[in-house]
Amino acid sequence: MNTPVTAHSVAEPSSRSKLIASVLVVTYAVITILPLLWIFLTGFKTPPDSIAYPPRILFEPSVEGYVNLFTTRSRQTPEFLASLPPPQTWYERLVRSRNMVIGGPSKVVPRFLNSMIIGFGSTFLAVCFGTIAAYAFSRFRVPLADDLLFFILSTRMMPPIAVAIPIYLMFRHLGLSDTKLGMILLYTAVNVSLAVWLLKGFMDEIPREYEEAAMVDGYTRLQAFFKVVLPQATTGIAATAIFCLIFAWNEYAFAVLLTSGEAQTMPPFIPFIIGEGGQDWPAVAAATTIFFIPILCFTILLRRHLLRGITFGAVRK
Amino acid sequence: MSTLAERAVARTPRRLALRFGGMSDKAIAWLFITPSVLLLLAINIFPLLWTIQLSFTNYRANRPNAVLRYVGLDNYRDILTDPEVWHAMQTTAHFVLWSIALELVLGFGLALLINRRFRGHSFWTTVILLPMMLSPAVVGNFWTFLLQPQIGLFNSGIALVTGVDPSSFQMIGDVRLAPWAIIMVDTWMWTPYVMLICLAGLRSIPDYIYEAAEVDRASALRQFWSITLPMVMPFLMLAILFRAIENFKMFDMVNLLTSGGPGSTTEVASITLKREAFEKWRTGYSSALAIILFVTVFGAANIYVKALNRVKQR
Repeated sequence: MNTPVTAHSVAEPSSRSKLIASVLVVTYAVITILPLLWIFLTGFKTPPDSIAYPPRILFEPSVEGYVNLFTTRSRQTPEFLASLPPPQTWYERLVRSRNMVIGGPSKVVPRFLNSMIIGFGSTFLAVCFGTIAAYAFSRFRVPLADDLLFFILSTRMMPPIAVAIPIYLMFRHLGLSDTKLGMILLYTAVNVSLAVWLLKGFMDEIPREYEEAAMVDGYTRLQAFFKVVLPQATTGIAATAIFCLIFAWNEYAFAVLLTSGEAQTMPPFIPFIIGEGGQDWPAVAAATTIFFIPILCFTILLRRHLLRGITFGAVRK
Repeated sequence: MSTLAERAVARTPRRLALRFGGMSDKAIAWLFITPSVLLLLAINIFPLLWTIQLSFTNYRANRPNAVLRYVGLDNYRDILTDPEVWHAMQTTAHFVLWSIALELVLGFGLALLINRRFRGHSFWTTVILLPMMLSPAVVGNFWTFLLQPQIGLFNSGIALVTGVDPSSFQMIGDVRLAPWAIIMVDTWMWTPYVMLICLAGLRSIPDYIYEAAEVDRASALRQFWSITLPMVMPFLMLAILFRAIENFKMFDMVNLLTSGGPGSTTEVASITLKREAFEKWRTGYSSALAIILFVTVFGAANIYVKALNRVKQR
């Protein structure tokens, strides 16, 4: 390397230290991403390949995991299989080659839809409630504002299981057990604290002068809020919405204790994708991959606001 | 601006304008805050109060018609003298302390390296961030696969590096290794979190401070101890606060990875709580435990936030 050793500023580290740093960081990144890559690959293995010893890096790709994820199957005798009409579709042929027949669709699609409905429903409500509350905290002198804000945050400190005990009893009384409405309300309540804190930060950054100018021009306070502040806060609202959605999407403790069928989401469902003799790993890996793709897209979209979201707006960069 | 304002006024639905047009700021403030507060009262505070009430009873949720008896502080006394609860608390403390220590060292180290701004650092940062965005439950589940002796990726990887037989140890089946398995998976998942916060701390230090130190010929080590570390300290403490609260409540990842086993070696407090509440159905007893856990987190967080503010003020 021919870099001159003279006068490097601290802001610009020397190229040698940069090289060492990049090697170390890339090594860590590769090691840390290996488990995820492995799961992704396992989704394209056949069940025997997935549990081969030693673990197989090279294998013939197969979509059996995905077929197994979306169907229920039963093993049949060769005589019975021979008596059936020939398979109509490629996936039937694949299942038939394992001496099995497709019984019907699995529950993965309804579970995925539940995740979507509960995720989007609770996010929508939490962001609506959070936006107006954040605006009030940001612009008006609310008595005991700090106490209220701390109270809102402290609801997040309760262990979910502790909250789940009375919620379980409450939902049983109200007939909300295992309903999407119940889960939407619950997740909304959990997310509202995040939404208020994040959005207050975003609102604080919008200069008051904008609405004041609008109000001088004849807007009422509410018109100024809807026509001036909201459009300015779009990015913040979108980022907040994504954080709420990710929480609802990933949540497990409430989901596993309060739902069993009707309203079950993906996280409690994925560990119970069973094949013959334990978990069907290619199917579990396929489900994990499908489940992770939306999060992957969101992470890339959110990159700039990530820090704010994970620290409740405490660090804004 | 005035034409814009007129157009906007014209476009606001008439009825809405009429109904809210004359509202005072104070009325709007309350109107805006009420929905959130009501929701939190209904779904957080009311259940909390109910839990407090239940914690003084012998209520069992699977026998709703049994006679409800108030037992005073008996549940609390039973919990505080129960060796199993103390064991769970120790397990939790071990998990929280070690996972935070490892995450701090790795996260801060990575942040220092990424702060060198080498080519492609932004891409690699995003790659490193991915694990923490996943669902902890799904993570716990697929790590049971990765940690299986023989067929799992982890044991084979270790075998490749160290040469030991991959089937000679099992991370989740072994009483000694299982507590480290949950720490390891937590560290894998949450190191990026600490890293991200540290990175923000490092970027908040203005360059001129280092330039001044350079002029004074302060060594790199001296610069780290006297500038970098104190300036990043508030950020580090914030990271510790958030991780400690989260890991103290940890349920999902551990429940799926080891579900407290083998034996009760990885039974953290939340898992004990789940067992008491939803397997043994001792609702009164578990309510008391829930209150104790909540008070612990809440109290510790309060003390910690005060310390944090003192560091920030310095």
